[in-house]
Amino acid sequence: MTTHAGLPRHQFQQDANLTANDGPRREAVRKALGNYQTARNRTGATFTDWKSARNAAATIKHEALNHLDRYLEEFEQKFTARGGKVFWASDSKQARDYILKLAKEKGVRSIVKSKAMTGEEIHLNEALLEEGYGVVESDLGEYIQQLKGEPPYHFVFPCMHLRRDEISDLFHRELGTAQTNSPEELTMIARRVLRRAYVEADMGISGANFIVADTGMISITENEGNARLTVGLPKIHVALIGIEKMVPRLGDLALFLPMLATAGTGQHLTGYNSMYGGPRQPGETDGPEEFHVVFLDNHRTRLLADPEQRDALHCIRCGACLNVCPIFKNIGGHTYGTTYQGPIGSVITPHFRGLQDWKHLSGASSLCGACTETCPVGIDIHHHLLHNRRNAAAQKPASGEGLLWKAFVFLMKRPALYRLATKFAPLGGLLQPLLEHVPFNPLHNWTETREFPQAPLRSFRDQFRAHQAAKTSQAKGGAR
Amino acid sequence: MSLGTGDRTAILGRVKEALRIEAPLKHPAERSAGGEPTTAHFREWLPPVGGSLDERFELFARLSETLKSELHPCADMAEAAVILAGLAKEGNWKTVALHRGDLIDALAEVLPPELETMRLKPGYDKDQLEACDAGITECDLLVAQTGSVCVTSKSAGGRVLSVLPPHHIVIARRSQLVTDLTEAYASLAAKYRDGYPSMISFITGPSRTGDIERILVLGAHGPKRLTILLLP
Repeated sequence: MTTHAGLPRHQFQQDANLTANDGPRREAVRKALGNYQTARNRTGATFTDWKSARNAAATIKHEALNHLDRYLEEFEQKFTARGGKVFWASDSKQARDYILKLAKEKGVRSIVKSKAMTGEEIHLNEALLEEGYGVVESDLGEYIQQLKGEPPYHFVFPCMHLRRDEISDLFHRELGTAQTNSPEELTMIARRVLRRAYVEADMGISGANFIVADTGMISITENEGNARLTVGLPKIHVALIGIEKMVPRLGDLALFLPMLATAGTGQHLTGYNSMYGGPRQPGETDGPEEFHVVFLDNHRTRLLADPEQRDALHCIRCGACLNVCPIFKNIGGHTYGTTYQGPIGSVITPHFRGLQDWKHLSGASSLCGACTETCPVGIDIHHHLLHNRRNAAAQKPASGEGLLWKAFVFLMKRPALYRLATKFAPLGGLLQPLLEHVPFNPLHNWTETREFPQAPLRSFRDQFRAHQAAKTSQAKGGAR
Repeated sequence: MSLGTGDRTAILGRVKEALRIEAPLKHPAERSAGGEPTTAHFREWLPPVGGSLDERFELFARLSETLKSELHPCADMAEAAVILAGLAKEGNWKTVALHRGDLIDALAEVLPPELETMRLKPGYDKDQLEACDAGITECDLLVAQTGSVCVTSKSAGGRVLSVLPPHHIVIARRSQLVTDLTEAYASLAAKYRDGYPSMISFITGPSRTGDIERILVLGAHGPKRLTILLLP
């Protein structure tokens, strides 16, 4: 990936241009997403009533988020009663520091991680590596991205943009394995390497898909079994979870697990759905001695405080809105420059990282509404993009825009001046090419990808007047 | 020694403050009776299963095939033993890992004599388990709607016996088959009234990944094969 100095919107524009012009890359993404769409349509059709299921999911999430304080406390009470520990982190640094301190205190040497977008969000790996801990990502896609030194391309399909030959090259370079074009052989290479990591690690780190209040459990959804091993083998476990992942009751998962699978990958249920309620209990054979849950706020409460957009926190991170988004398909995941890509990322990132710096993401939408249509928990995603645009403009009106409108009004109120302006408008077309080579050309952003409109030599008014005059003279001629 | 609970008070305070105005409910659940969608309603919306035991079994068998789980209905323990002996021969197994349990103990009696067994006990050697050719476990439930096997840390020899060896064998009874996840959770709640196991896991097919070009590969990290021996 290219490195960028400067503002997020500059990085966005630069990468969007690069990816939009990268035909083979776009083709790979489109092909992967085509397979997804087929599977999702097939599985979605087996539901008796998807819409009612979606409304129920939205209602349950609404209940969970609008009484979040109560449910967080209920979880904590149940979870700690069984020997779990809960740490509350206001921001990235506090979460990182806790995990680092824990690792140091327990004499941890190596760490195995299963996929956690919260880990990406707080840059956990970098912090752990800097302190000298070995950290291995165990999800195949995440492992590939870690070897490649890139963040995930998509928060559900981390390496969906890579072709098998690129992965083979990567393994060859980093692991010294023989080249192969078989996805199965490539998977087995990773399996062999990572098996050692599970057995040897003394700390496991995961995220979670759901927090279950009434039984004090966390629920993890995965296909590979890497999270099962990560939460099973090392003696200490840490789950880093955003506070919004709440559902009130264990039974609610009977609805959410099939919906997450269907919307996320088109499966009717993901390979492993596991609920964990604390460390190893008396009488059990294995499991970690210590089980820590780190609750991450990191500005989630800022979004929670906005009743209009609070439902953006209902998101269960299935990734469906990315998969159907025409913008995502053309600009790719890295272009967003965010932890959470695609439409939902464009909604929440401005709340997490600052509206003014990230408002450009709200413009990265055709407002087609495919994201809203596909969302399994009924978040009105494209309306939230509009809300973000409105809020950004209200907070900081575009500079110079007011002046332009004033000038326009001034002109429109003075017909003589307006007529004069239309006479000289064609000059703009003649002068504009000269601007092309001027540094800081004010029209550059427009003309780079679009034609500069040419004003006609004769305005509509002139043409109309001439036309009328001709008609009148004809009529007069006919009468004579 | 304690590392503290962090910003507990501050975060809960921010949450309470943020929630002073309730958000509008944009998509109310249509068919909920008491205002909240209860778990009983989920069944009306999710993929249908069918009421009779035979219909449940048929769906479970069909999904097992799609998922590439290997389902073997067995007339009795002797037949299960024959199937297992066949798998052992085919896979050239040397050691299998087991836990304690009524079904497992009965099965252990009829295993091929040349097969070594590792009985999992607290403090077992992880490397030794990793080297086993198969893990044999009981389960809590089978779920017809999803083709899943539900194991817990109490029923299946802990957290990793069902996922570390390359072949997972489940021995179960037909009576353990429930309709859907809703019934599974209700059944677990009744069974573990005095305390849930520290892990509940719904296993749906052998371990799989589609991370490379969205092409399905079995045996990503967990078992490459999942065999279900189903007794009457």
